[in-house]
Amino acid sequence: MKTRVLGVAALLAVAAATFVALAVVPADLNQGDAQRIMYPHVASAWLAYLSFGVTALGGIAWLWKRDLRYDAVALAGAEIGVMFTAFAIWGGMMWGRPVWGVFWQWEDPRLTTTALLLALYVGYLLLRRLTDDPERRATRAAIVGVVAAVDIPIVHFSVEWWRGLHQTATIASPDRVLDPAAPMAFVGTLLGMLGAFTLAWAYLMIRRYQLARAELARQERVRVELLAAAR
Amino acid sequence: MSALRAEARVALAIARKDALAELRGRHATVSTLFFAAVVLLLFGFALGPDAARLAAAAPGLLWLAVMFAGILAVNRLHLLETDDGALEQLALYPVARRAIYAGKALAGFGAMLLLGLLVLGAVGVLFAVDIAAAWPPLLATVILGALGVAAVGTFYAGVTVRLRAREVMLPLLMLPVLAPLLLGAVKATSAALAGDPFGELAAWLQLMVAFDVVMIVAGLATYGFLLDD
Repeated sequence: MKTRVLGVAALLAVAAATFVALAVVPADLNQGDAQRIMYPHVASAWLAYLSFGVTALGGIAWLWKRDLRYDAVALAGAEIGVMFTAFAIWGGMMWGRPVWGVFWQWEDPRLTTTALLLALYVGYLLLRRLTDDPERRATRAAIVGVVAAVDIPIVHFSVEWWRGLHQTATIASPDRVLDPAAPMAFVGTLLGMLGAFTLAWAYLMIRRYQLARAELARQERVRVELLAAAR
Repeated sequence: MSALRAEARVALAIARKDALAELRGRHATVSTLFFAAVVLLLFGFALGPDAARLAAAAPGLLWLAVMFAGILAVNRLHLLETDDGALEQLALYPVARRAIYAGKALAGFGAMLLLGLLVLGAVGVLFAVDIAAAWPPLLATVILGALGVAAVGTFYAGVTVRLRAREVMLPLLMLPVLAPLLLGAVKATSAALAGDPFGELAAWLQLMVAFDVVMIVAGLATYGFLLDD
């Protein structure tokens, strides 16, 4: 019941933030309406990182405490993180086409880093699907999730350097708007969108966690029934 | 201190066992080297025959060939253990888990070093790149690259060795993680071949060192969970 209230609140918040971003806040002088993509784009990217952090922590907690509930948290984080990552990349491409003239800009370190992030965690999810035993799956997923999380900063810095050492003109990135010098309307809208998306994230995490627990309980029930039938 | 020495001895023994098995059977080396050679040839067809373009692309091609062939090499080293339940035996030994990882990674490092040096030579011949002039930084790059591929590969081969879809999952999991190493190795190789005009070589080698250290520590810390599951 409480979760449903959270869901409705998240839905209303996202709708309100979207309305503000589309119709209330003025368009950017340089980028025009395309800049409005930045609000959900930055919010998704932030939640993607948060999700993968949760996945790593869930994995460590499983290895430590051997409680499958932590593994369910890790799974929820990875799946929802992949969704937000894909959404962030998609938004970035939609923004890049009118502003940069291309969908994909190899010079942008964040875009390339995020694409690698997607590959890392799609691999994580595929690995989970290939292991049937819940505890073995949790262990394999946990260590792969930890190594992936450790890899993220190295990926980030290496890509940043890679671009930086043959530096070309840096094009105004969407995050520039976070600059305190930027008009408060932009910052306020972004913060509102962040809050709304985080509510939606919390709702999805809870639901995905519950689903994972239900799946496991059902598997267990089937196994017990099969054992009983065999006797 | 003596405990550490004992672990080092275990690691060396495991690495020696793998090297011996390889020397007697030659399952991995020949096929892996041949695969790397074929990859280089196909790169030549895909990008050639313009010699200047091939020479410019040579560092990237070198490291892609090494990494693709490296997948086969580390996979082979772990398949060795699945025969006759050898991995279970290995897990039963009363030694530190990280020593087992270190041993497998050491064997992988030896294989990758050999592979890297031979592929480097082949790139020099096929793509008309002067590797002799810049051999010290190139050697350092190959050593660091081989170490990184072995550290990551041993870990992921351990994850995937008992999976049904091992052949797909190993590269799928391993290659994105290797991306920073690929960047560092390609940049270091280019800089070395060009005589390091911008003084960036040391920075890229440092990046590779950092990658290697982080991945070796991660492997040492987590490999034990794989053996016990």
